[in-house]
Amino acid sequence: MENLRKKCMDVRANVITTIGTLGVGHIGGSLSIVDLLVVLYEKHMKIDPKNPKMSGRDRLIVSKGHAGPAVYAMLAEKGYFDKDWLLTLNQSNTNLPSHCDMNRTPGVDMTTGSLGQGFSCAMGVAKASKIRKDQATIYTIIGDGESQEGQIWEAAMFAAQQKLDNVIAFTDYNNMQIDGDLPDICDLSSLVDKWTAFGWNTVEIDGHDLEAIDLAITNAKKSDRPNMIILDTVKGKGVKFIEEMGFGNHSIPMTKEQMELALAEVKGE
Amino acid sequence: MELRQVLCAELDRMMAENENIVVIDADLSKPNGTFELRKKYPERAFDVGIAEQNMASVAAGMSSYGFIPFISSFTPFSSRRICDQIVVSIAYAKQNVKILGTDPGICAEFNGGTHMSMEDIGVLRSIPELVLYEPVDAIQLKQALPQIVEYYGPVYIRMFRKTIDDVFTDPGYQFDLFRADTIQEGRDVSIFCSGIMVQETMKANEQLKAQGIQADIVSIHTVKPIDRKAVVASAKKTGAVVTAENHNIIGGLRSAVAEVLVEECPVPLRAIGVKDAFGQVGKLPFLKEEYQMRAEDIVAAVKQVLTLKK
Repeated sequence: MENLRKKCMDVRANVITTIGTLGVGHIGGSLSIVDLLVVLYEKHMKIDPKNPKMSGRDRLIVSKGHAGPAVYAMLAEKGYFDKDWLLTLNQSNTNLPSHCDMNRTPGVDMTTGSLGQGFSCAMGVAKASKIRKDQATIYTIIGDGESQEGQIWEAAMFAAQQKLDNVIAFTDYNNMQIDGDLPDICDLSSLVDKWTAFGWNTVEIDGHDLEAIDLAITNAKKSDRPNMIILDTVKGKGVKFIEEMGFGNHSIPMTKEQMELALAEVKGE
Repeated sequence: MELRQVLCAELDRMMAENENIVVIDADLSKPNGTFELRKKYPERAFDVGIAEQNMASVAAGMSSYGFIPFISSFTPFSSRRICDQIVVSIAYAKQNVKILGTDPGICAEFNGGTHMSMEDIGVLRSIPELVLYEPVDAIQLKQALPQIVEYYGPVYIRMFRKTIDDVFTDPGYQFDLFRADTIQEGRDVSIFCSGIMVQETMKANEQLKAQGIQADIVSIHTVKPIDRKAVVASAKKTGAVVTAENHNIIGGLRSAVAEVLVEECPVPLRAIGVKDAFGQVGKLPFLKEEYQMRAEDIVAAVKQVLTLKK
């Protein structure tokens, strides 16, 4: 786990460098899923960065597509592409656009960004894997604000009906969205109750506790139902001034000085 | 034969040969004729319930795995209801999904205005890389479906689902998804028609012939990408154009034809179709009269446009 903790620091630093170099970006919801991405890519996913389209690989569909910078930060660590690419976020002709694009970025399994859709796509991928009988696990991440989309719940019913026990999904429950705190906009209250009622195997854990994430995924693999792991997270996790901005940190401008300050903090300097 | 029977028979045949084809319905498999497929192919023909948005994105996910999904509903729910899913999950993501919509335009009859897609082509035509196909008859549809499977990319199939007169009865008829069909050569006026309005044009043609008017009749089954060469060649030959479509004349065939002509061969044009109005309940004869989409309306439009011809 110490190695994973170190890797989380590296990936957080990549996120900050990626967004700080450009000067603006979706920092809050990127930093909140770093710990999950590290556990997935370092401990669980059956993948080959040298062969991103490997048949039968596990897949990750980040339905909250605006967390692209976190995904790219992780993929660069895994060697899907050179880390220099991270400095090209949203530059003209980049392979790293704000929102995930499967046709541009090696290692990205689905084009996402219009909220709610990627989650349904993931259920289609899981159904496809079932037909192919290739034993792949389909991971997918949705946002808590994204859970206000009706399509999420259409897909939830579909997964239960189709017995998609090869799905391990995560909700990044940082309790914030662009216009405010979730309870002030459209409250989700108990997501555990909701997902359980929809027929999913559901647990809620600390989304920054690496051991808890690891254990929840290990347990989910033994389940005979689709799995939802609710991650209690902090939007902007790891950088004090960003965390303190609250829901205002969804997408922020970042000066070079702020970037250096944030890098020093996540590196523990 | 009903077009939905042709659809089901062809899908059945192709699914037996190609294990990548899947058929997904949203609780309209019985009206659309696809229900029987799930008995023979229980894994690859299934229902998502009344959840068209999920259906579209599930199909995109399956396409990313190498499958060729057909998704199926009525035209309004296969177009405007899932417009963003068609744009992002399917077209932008370059997924190979075939989108079937039945009961186009006034064909929804007793389902009325809520179920009448007067705007689906207009809504979908501005989405890049989406092919828009509307079959004319059972003969053509049978040839079209294998080509649609062979073509990699999203295709919208705007299909009347019941029985309609065959037009392409010539045994030598060869369909090309991207080429318009010239049904009759003529020098006086071009009639560009689509869907059920092809049969209506053929009826109009009898009246036109009786009056000595030779129409160049071109069936535009694929309105996007439109066969520009066929449109321009016919308009240059005749110098006057009538369009006939089962759709709002804004955004559909008239618009697509006019966009080509204004750039390459500006000639007088008159349009038959729904003139920027909503639908309503009724049988086809009533609705055709209500929206001035009968053979005699086409004849009147031809005569009018001929007075404008230089």
